[in-house]
Amino acid sequence: MKCIKKRSLPFENSVDLIEERIEEIELDGLSESDKTKIERLKSQKIKELEKIYNKLSRWETVQVARHQDRPKTPDIVQQLIPGYVVLSGDRLFRDDPAIYAAIGIFHGQNLMIIGHDRGNGTKEKIRNNFGMANPEGYHKAIRLMRLAEKFNAPVLTLIDTQGAYPGIQAEEMGQSAAIATNLRDMFSIKVPIICVVIGEGGSGGALGIGVGNYVAMLKNSIYSVISPEGCASILWRDATKASKAAEKLQLTATDLIKRSLIDEIIPEPFGGAQRNQKETIQNIDEFLSKTLKKYAKMSAKDITADRYSKFRKLATQDI
Amino acid sequence: MTPFDFNPFGRRNLPKKISEQEEKKLSEKNWVKCPSCGVLIYDKQLKDNMNICPKCEYLFRLNSTDRIKLIFDENTFEEKFNDIEPKDVLNFSDRIPYSQRLKEAKNKTGLKEAIRVGTGSINNIKVATGIMDFGFIGGSMGVVVGEKIVRIVEFATQEKLPLTIFSSSGGARMQEGMYSLVQMARTAAVIGRYQKAGGFYISVLTHPTTGGVSASFAFLGDVIIAEPGALIGFAGPRVIEQTTKQKLPSGFQTSEFLLEHGQIDKIVKRKQLKQCINTLFGFYEKGKQT
Repeated sequence: MKCIKKRSLPFENSVDLIEERIEEIELDGLSESDKTKIERLKSQKIKELEKIYNKLSRWETVQVARHQDRPKTPDIVQQLIPGYVVLSGDRLFRDDPAIYAAIGIFHGQNLMIIGHDRGNGTKEKIRNNFGMANPEGYHKAIRLMRLAEKFNAPVLTLIDTQGAYPGIQAEEMGQSAAIATNLRDMFSIKVPIICVVIGEGGSGGALGIGVGNYVAMLKNSIYSVISPEGCASILWRDATKASKAAEKLQLTATDLIKRSLIDEIIPEPFGGAQRNQKETIQNIDEFLSKTLKKYAKMSAKDITADRYSKFRKLATQDI
Repeated sequence: MTPFDFNPFGRRNLPKKISEQEEKKLSEKNWVKCPSCGVLIYDKQLKDNMNICPKCEYLFRLNSTDRIKLIFDENTFEEKFNDIEPKDVLNFSDRIPYSQRLKEAKNKTGLKEAIRVGTGSINNIKVATGIMDFGFIGGSMGVVVGEKIVRIVEFATQEKLPLTIFSSSGGARMQEGMYSLVQMARTAAVIGRYQKAGGFYISVLTHPTTGGVSASFAFLGDVIIAEPGALIGFAGPRVIEQTTKQKLPSGFQTSEFLLEHGQIDKIVKRKQLKQCINTLFGFYEKGKQT
């Protein structure tokens, strides 16, 4: 149970207390009166979670978005396209495990899923570079989007990264050129591209797989031009002002949909996606089935034209 | 916003820091001290020499007006799409409100934004162009910078003009949040269409070109040229050092480093830049005729 405590967020204290009490009662054995007590505590817990999650500050949302128990790309692949085949490599240099890709069948239709993978557990996280892709990751992603055309498979990209990796080798291998090329070439992919931010959408590293016909965010995910910490250290010259920066950057799904910078918000279970992966992924499933229908009858030409005109208009309402 | 302004870490001629006090004292007497070799230069002499140190060839930054003078035939630059101006859409403020930063930048540079776009002639070849100005909030890309690029590239596509963009930017403009991030995709999109239609784009990278600008239109040139000793990269050197806890190799992220690693086509000295761009555009025009 220590483990649950460790993974709950600082602003969830009241929920932790209720959970502890439930555990205590359960440990002592269950009489009838205990059972009713537990029921009461459980409904109290739900109310408490509702209360907290209905008024998350932007900085709190950042913390939820980064929670390690949220569903990651491989979890989503497993549930959406059972019988999937994992595909790897950029054909130039190496396979970047920070980008995870698989093809499979989604409700009777081919689907390519390409997403950042932050990894589970220390060893995997280090192997995956905490989901921060190198140039070879972006090369891999665009290669597999082109392959998806051959399968006539729509592409679902899952965005979950602090950003592209700021490393020496990344610069040597052309991080800028890799992201720039993806941004340009995703516009010519002839199958629909649907993007979902599932955790943290960090800067150019997120956008590098984020050029979609339709862009959605999970309710408690974030999408930002720069991390709140990075922004604080540059503009306030003080990284501890991150919570202030988060407020100013307006990086939550609710902020961005108001400004038409994203197309849809996918709901999360109460208390965040980290509390119920399965239900979260079910929500993504419903969202995707519904969204793909819109593109089912479009020609390749219309699909690329749709993506282009979406971005041509994007963010220009105030000019 | 301008993490590289005074400390272009990793440039080949690592400039010595000159104190503001000293700089002010010198400028009162119309002198400039070269941060690389320390020689004193009369400021008019420096300007006449295209902001190049006469002794060590250290490149002082060029503002957009001087860059236009350097590259385009006299009085041929015609600015376009200058009617749009940046707005503080997020009502952003850090230590200083964004609206005030904009005002200060406008007063300082006399410009409306960090880029000027238009058409001009380079040795009688008419081209579409964009010239970034680092003096305007670190040349950062917000909505209006993005939109101006979108419009000039669309114009170049319609008019079948060759295209050259001179970049000088710290990256995306944080004060415009996600509005500025998506400009990376928007500029990349129009350049993709332009290139598919047969357009030829020369991207010129000047000190510094980093972040959201380098990872979008700046690195999509059919030919990419850099000025000597410029800092060019995706992440800033300080971020890389902090993240990797590694010592950065000498000359890391300079033009010379990028050339060696196959990231750019050429390094061209400032005085030869106009001629080089003209020659390349000449090849393109010749190819179209045959």
